[in-house]
Amino acid sequence: MTELIRQYWQQYLFGTLGHPTGLVVTLWLTAASVGLGFVLAVPLSVARASTNRWLSVPVSFYTYIIRGTPLYVQLLLLYSGVYTLDSVRATPLLNAFFRDAFNCTILAFTLNTGAYTTEIFAGAIKATSHGEIEAARAYGMSNFTLYRCIILPSALRRALPAYSNEVILMLHATTLAATATVPDLLKVARNASSEYYLPFVAYGIAAALYLCISSMLIWFFRKAERKWLAYLR
Amino acid sequence: MIRSRNVNENDLPQTRPLTLSSAFLGFAHFLDMLRRIAQERVPAIVLFFTLMSWSLCGSAKDWKVIRFGVDPSYPPFESKAADGSLVGFDIDLGNALCAKLNAKCVWVENDFDGMIPALQARKIDAVLSDMSVTEKRLQQIDFTDKISYSPTRMVAKAGSNLLPTAESLRGKNIGVEQGTIQETYAKIYFEPHGVNVVSYQNQDQVYADLKSGRLDASLQDEAQASVGFLRTPEGEGFGFCGPELQDPKILGSAAAIGLRKVDTDLKNALNNALAELLKDGSYQTIAKKYFDFNIYGN
Amino acid sequence: MLFEGYGRQLWNGTLETIQLALLSLLLAFVIGLVGAAAKLSQNRWLSFPAAIYTTLIRGVPDLVLMLLLFYSFQDWLNRLTDALNQQQIDIDPFVAGVCVLGFIYGAYFTETFRGGVLAVPKGQLEAAAAFGLTNWQVFHRVLFPQMMRFALPGISNNWQVILKATALVSIIGLHEVVRAAQDAITGTSSKGAYHAFFFLAVAGVIYLMLTTFSNLAFMALERHYSIGIRRSEL
Repeated sequence: MTELIRQYWQQYLFGTLGHPTGLVVTLWLTAASVGLGFVLAVPLSVARASTNRWLSVPVSFYTYIIRGTPLYVQLLLLYSGVYTLDSVRATPLLNAFFRDAFNCTILAFTLNTGAYTTEIFAGAIKATSHGEIEAARAYGMSNFTLYRCIILPSALRRALPAYSNEVILMLHATTLAATATVPDLLKVARNASSEYYLPFVAYGIAAALYLCISSMLIWFFRKAERKWLAYLR
Repeated sequence: MIRSRNVNENDLPQTRPLTLSSAFLGFAHFLDMLRRIAQERVPAIVLFFTLMSWSLCGSAKDWKVIRFGVDPSYPPFESKAADGSLVGFDIDLGNALCAKLNAKCVWVENDFDGMIPALQARKIDAVLSDMSVTEKRLQQIDFTDKISYSPTRMVAKAGSNLLPTAESLRGKNIGVEQGTIQETYAKIYFEPHGVNVVSYQNQDQVYADLKSGRLDASLQDEAQASVGFLRTPEGEGFGFCGPELQDPKILGSAAAIGLRKVDTDLKNALNNALAELLKDGSYQTIAKKYFDFNIYGN
Repeated sequence: MLFEGYGRQLWNGTLETIQLALLSLLLAFVIGLVGAAAKLSQNRWLSFPAAIYTTLIRGVPDLVLMLLLFYSFQDWLNRLTDALNQQQIDIDPFVAGVCVLGFIYGAYFTETFRGGVLAVPKGQLEAAAAFGLTNWQVFHRVLFPQMMRFALPGISNNWQVILKATALVSIIGLHEVVRAAQDAITGTSSKGAYHAFFFLAVAGVIYLMLTTFSNLAFMALERHYSIGIRRSEL
């Protein structure tokens, strides 16, 4: 067991300079997918909550598909499936993009978390109290100002508990990157377990590291709730 | 005259201190009731059977059922047919060995890197999956006599002029199956010198990425690559690059059946059955079905 | 042929997925009830281990837990049977998968039921006790139906998560839909470029149908448990 830790501790945490592995890769995957997913979800949630059917129906179709299928299937589709299409391999830009496993994984994770976040934010937008919107319109605010100053600040605050749950679930979901050959924490644990035949130790170390990161995220979101949901205390 | 009854405090119904847990304990109470019913009805029978089974244990295991672990991503050694059944050289060999031992063969599918942990956890009794005998594996498990031999060779796009050396592969991606001797070899000789070694869960995924262009080369068993990939329609445009790799310490000397160290009786039985198959020609008949060269080696 | 001869395997995989998900749901449901009872109890010896259980399981990714438990279950059972000098009990991979999934999602169900129980107005339980109902009658007639109404969105959510987690179970070797699709892709690799995309899309559509049916079933359940509740008009 000590042999395993001595050989693999560096790979578990950060790998080598040109070849990062382990915890660093997991954190980077989580941050990138959550960040990109957030940027994707804000406009999409506005569309989803809108009364205009031309906007809300395509978005709800997208969230229905993504939320109805497992992330593993989506990842396999984007990693193995898309790259076998001749049309993708013929276009140089797409070819270069899908060739790299890392890009495929980030794309799959972003689309997935984007769909869930869209639903969360759309629910929060719909729960905005009607009186506030009436008052804003009475003041003559344009749609854009209405969303920027009234709806989005309150909706994002309302969505914070559910969104924190989604971010932690995204951290857990990054373990799937190991199946697309991205060298994240689970892949290192798999390598260690297959070399030393000690699955419990190898996966146990990975589990402990994930538990630490989850706890830190929970603590961070609790602080965020104290700041942004202070009016509820 | 109306005489009022003296109502004593103790006559009033006592309210139980109510907690949520006590309400929930109603459910636990229900489970408890079931447990008591079970206990009262069948204690003697249970005790009897327990004592019986305890008295029967301790006898040596007679191998009527042998569970073989196999990773069916390695044609022609082992692979899956369209109807889901396992086919291949190792499958046929295993069935022939079981026939000789009058035992039933059960084939358990498992990933290659999980074979030895599965063997040690007694999920399977033997590993028949083209596993080579190496010093490192001998520290954990035992092996029977040799059942086949095939060296390691690299596959890449035809005409790519790549060689299985660190200098030639620097900066390139080479694919291996996780848990194999080829992975160990690549990690020791290639990875420290700037070659990107990518491990996959099974060999099909290696070939899939090799074909799609994500990998520049792959390292595996020569017989498997030749019969299972290069000679099939999918292997068009690919070929062997460079000579066979030599390193008996890491790449082992032959493939054999992996066993737990304590199962010496199974090892002897399998060795005897194997010797019989070699002597009466059944081994050669099975081998000819899949290979047009000598898979047994010298 | 529509599925190039792999239709049978895909169908078997779908059945296996449904069986796996339903049995794990049952196990997780039971573990969740017991765990919620333990977590809500005043007894420290019950509530503390239950809190540890839910914190650990919900803080670690399910794939890591699956890999951890799948290899260790058999090992621990072997040690137990060895210590008791018994014949080894062989765990079928399907049973191992059900146990692992049930164990993991039992923690999520514990939280769901705990939230549901806390949402039932306490006054009703007090009134029931005042009427002289026994503990079991309070649970069966007052607590459970109302708890289900509050817990139903959480249960439906957890069920969808379990259904999608069965896709992960293919990584530890069980023969469900994703594994069947991957076998089909390997088997038909000579048949042209689109097969990988096609079979994975088929697997996705199968899951989509399963989640759609589940949604419909849960809407019906919600209507049943909300009988008599007046919905607010917006």
